[in-house]
Amino acid sequence: MAFTVIGTSHLRVASAQANVVNVYSARHYGALEKVFAEFERETGIRVRLSNASSQALLERLRAEGKATPADVFFVIDAGTLQIAAEEGLLQPVDSQVLKTVIPAEMRDPQNRWFALTQRVRTIVYNSNKVKPSELSTYEALADRKWRGRLCMRPATHIYTISLVAGMIANLGEKRAEQVVRGWVANRPTFIDSDSRILENIAAGKCDVAITNHYYVGNALKKDSNFPVKVFWANQNAQGAHVNISGAGVTANALNRENAIKLLEWLATRGQDPGEAGLAGGNNEFPVNPSAQPTEIIKGFGPFKADLAAMPKYGPLQAQAIKLLERAGYK
Amino acid sequence: MQISYRLSRSAVQRWMSPARWAIVLLAGVILLPLIRLALAWLDFAPAVWQHLWETLLLEMLVNTLLLMLGVGAMTLSIGTATAWLVTTFDFPGARLAEWLLVLPLAIPGYIFGYAFMALFDYAGPFQTQLRAWFGPSFELPEFRSLPGAILTLSLSLYPYVYLLARAGFLELSSAQRDAARVHGYGDLAILFKVSLPLIRPSLAAGAGLAIMEALADFAVVRYFNTVTLSEGVVRLWIGQMDRQAAIQLASLLLLIALIVILIERSLRRQARYYQFSGQARPLTRIRLRGWRAAMAIAAPGIILLLAFILPLIQLLTWAIEELTTADLSALEAVFGAYLLNTTALSVGAATLVIAVALPMAYALRHAAGATSAGERLRALARLATLGYAMPGAVVALGVLLLAAPLNETILSATGGAVLLSASLFSLMYGYLVRFLALGFNSVEASLEKITPNMELAARSLGAGALRVLGRVYLPLMRMGIVAGWLTAFVDTFKELPATMFLRPFGMETLSVWTYMLASESAWQAAAIPSLVIVLASALLTTLLITRTTKPNLRREL
Repeated sequence: MAFTVIGTSHLRVASAQANVVNVYSARHYGALEKVFAEFERETGIRVRLSNASSQALLERLRAEGKATPADVFFVIDAGTLQIAAEEGLLQPVDSQVLKTVIPAEMRDPQNRWFALTQRVRTIVYNSNKVKPSELSTYEALADRKWRGRLCMRPATHIYTISLVAGMIANLGEKRAEQVVRGWVANRPTFIDSDSRILENIAAGKCDVAITNHYYVGNALKKDSNFPVKVFWANQNAQGAHVNISGAGVTANALNRENAIKLLEWLATRGQDPGEAGLAGGNNEFPVNPSAQPTEIIKGFGPFKADLAAMPKYGPLQAQAIKLLERAGYK
Repeated sequence: MQISYRLSRSAVQRWMSPARWAIVLLAGVILLPLIRLALAWLDFAPAVWQHLWETLLLEMLVNTLLLMLGVGAMTLSIGTATAWLVTTFDFPGARLAEWLLVLPLAIPGYIFGYAFMALFDYAGPFQTQLRAWFGPSFELPEFRSLPGAILTLSLSLYPYVYLLARAGFLELSSAQRDAARVHGYGDLAILFKVSLPLIRPSLAAGAGLAIMEALADFAVVRYFNTVTLSEGVVRLWIGQMDRQAAIQLASLLLLIALIVILIERSLRRQARYYQFSGQARPLTRIRLRGWRAAMAIAAPGIILLLAFILPLIQLLTWAIEELTTADLSALEAVFGAYLLNTTALSVGAATLVIAVALPMAYALRHAAGATSAGERLRALARLATLGYAMPGAVVALGVLLLAAPLNETILSATGGAVLLSASLFSLMYGYLVRFLALGFNSVEASLEKITPNMELAARSLGAGALRVLGRVYLPLMRMGIVAGWLTAFVDTFKELPATMFLRPFGMETLSVWTYMLASESAWQAAAIPSLVIVLASALLTTLLITRTTKPNLRREL
């Protein structure tokens, strides 16, 4: 046991000494994202990433508590950030930069987490097979006419869970469950990858799906004739479902200063619409109002976003998981 | 022989008791996480089971059962048929096929699964070509399904049956075959009426191994939308963040895995009784020509194409695309570190496995005689190798459960400065539980071949116990130790679940990296670490096959 104690305490001391910041990250491409290399180059602070899904990282942060080696908790879901903050796993950060550049609805009221990019989970369709006039809301995809024509992300993914949490916030649990049961009755093809969903729509497996907007942007970047288009959902109601990728500083962070520097950098320089930007490199929407989205996603047109539901993703997460399970959504 | 064995036993009598304690202690430490998990039955949570019953439990059980049956049947068919062809007949390419047919073992399921999925799902090149030929409405049955998972797992696991079946066929003598032929039996009749009944225990043992792997898999079934018990543990634990439910389900999985192991062990015991004498004339292969030869080539050819060649070409294509189109600065920055982490963990785990296996096997040799107490010790040592058949996620959960109270103690004692869970220690512990079997079987096999007279002779010349170990045993066991170390190294190199859930901060490995990218369908980026895993594992597997003795190979593979 002595070996363990020496081994891990050594790790923790070492991670505090060097000019590093330790990040738990749920962003998909992990260390392959250029933005972190760019930050290192400009600041000389080394970013050490440990990758896993949002839920896995929260589980881990809970288990590690105050002794976590992570300085930054960077996940792709507002609900998970809210839960982490409520459980005391994140600390308030009093940063003038973050408060100035990130709009109030894009950060925790107590400044324990901050959105760094926005993503819209909306309806996408094969433009050769579906007319936009046939589309309206997420709820309408429960209609029988979409039987056998839907592709959906499985219930294990946080995107699905927060989408349904948002629906519970807007429609109430009973109506939301009816909608989910309607989707299931339409026998969707479950594919646990938004980009493979788009490829299946393009190939003709399904006609309509719900995915994050930037996957369409990234597909268009490779092939400007990609036949899948974005439809902004629920525009005559609350607006399209919005989620964020965002981060907070862990409650007991050893490299607190570096962690705040990273967040500030990502909220300013990192908002660059170019390849090296957090938002630009992945066609996400910047949170900083002074930053421009990429030309590709500007081409998707203006839309109304359902910002009001976002604070409920965390509180309704457990309810959404149970609802999905009850409704037989895999 | 009998007398000298008695003598040697009495010679070591004075430290027999420490040897016994060593086994009990080591086995206890290794079994602890599984015992801790089994204790979950004590805090049985009816509400959890009620909820599971109302939702996914039945589907999990049915899918798991069908998956085991399907994979068992398919691996038996593929493995036996290909082994029969390459051992009974001689046709162009037969010797090459005989070796190549083992190679799918080098591709871990979580890599084979995504490459295979990308090739054969609706949007993949195979079905796209079919639609080009037969019209846009042509569609194969849904690939993301239980049958798809069974096909994929079977193609990746059939070598377990193939290896044991091949060994079985090779041990059959020409005399048996000739006798059957004299009685007017054709090749197929000989296969079904003579050969298969004789090697049945080997086949069952091979299928047992494949079935245990299928039971433990959580990655492939997830690619194929199939909810099984293993997938369910990960789904509840990580997907729903419900650790209590995950633990309850894991304890059920533990029980089922135990039952499968007991069945497999009893079949294996039958296989042990079945040993052919080496004096029989070796089998002469029947030469095939013309269309018969073409058919004989086609069968292993198709299997190899699906299970190895096509996925490998797909991975290579992706890797080349990534290397030629992507900006590689980010990749360069991390690749070396990830490779180093993976190698360091594998070296550490393999060394730890041997470090535990060696004293265990050595102590067992000296403590366990033909007495009933000896039998109990032997059974205990066997029990300690159970972890190999346990799903990695279950072992990880057990280790975490065990570490949690310890962790809290350390945390409160140090004011939160030191952390145990998810540390290097937990991960190594997890690897030891999972892979002790690999080192132990190999070391024990090589130990069995050393006659006790050797030790007796050395001792009569005045050598002490340690000197005997260093000068007599270790040199003679060298091959077994190397083989055990290498197998544990390869298995750690490609291990996914325990590494994913237990790795310390920043200890990113090639397997975790590949899986993260692949599950986001970032296939081009995933292909590079995947290929490194496949190549390393293919090279080491080949090395094992060519450099170690046959009995070891049969035990390990």
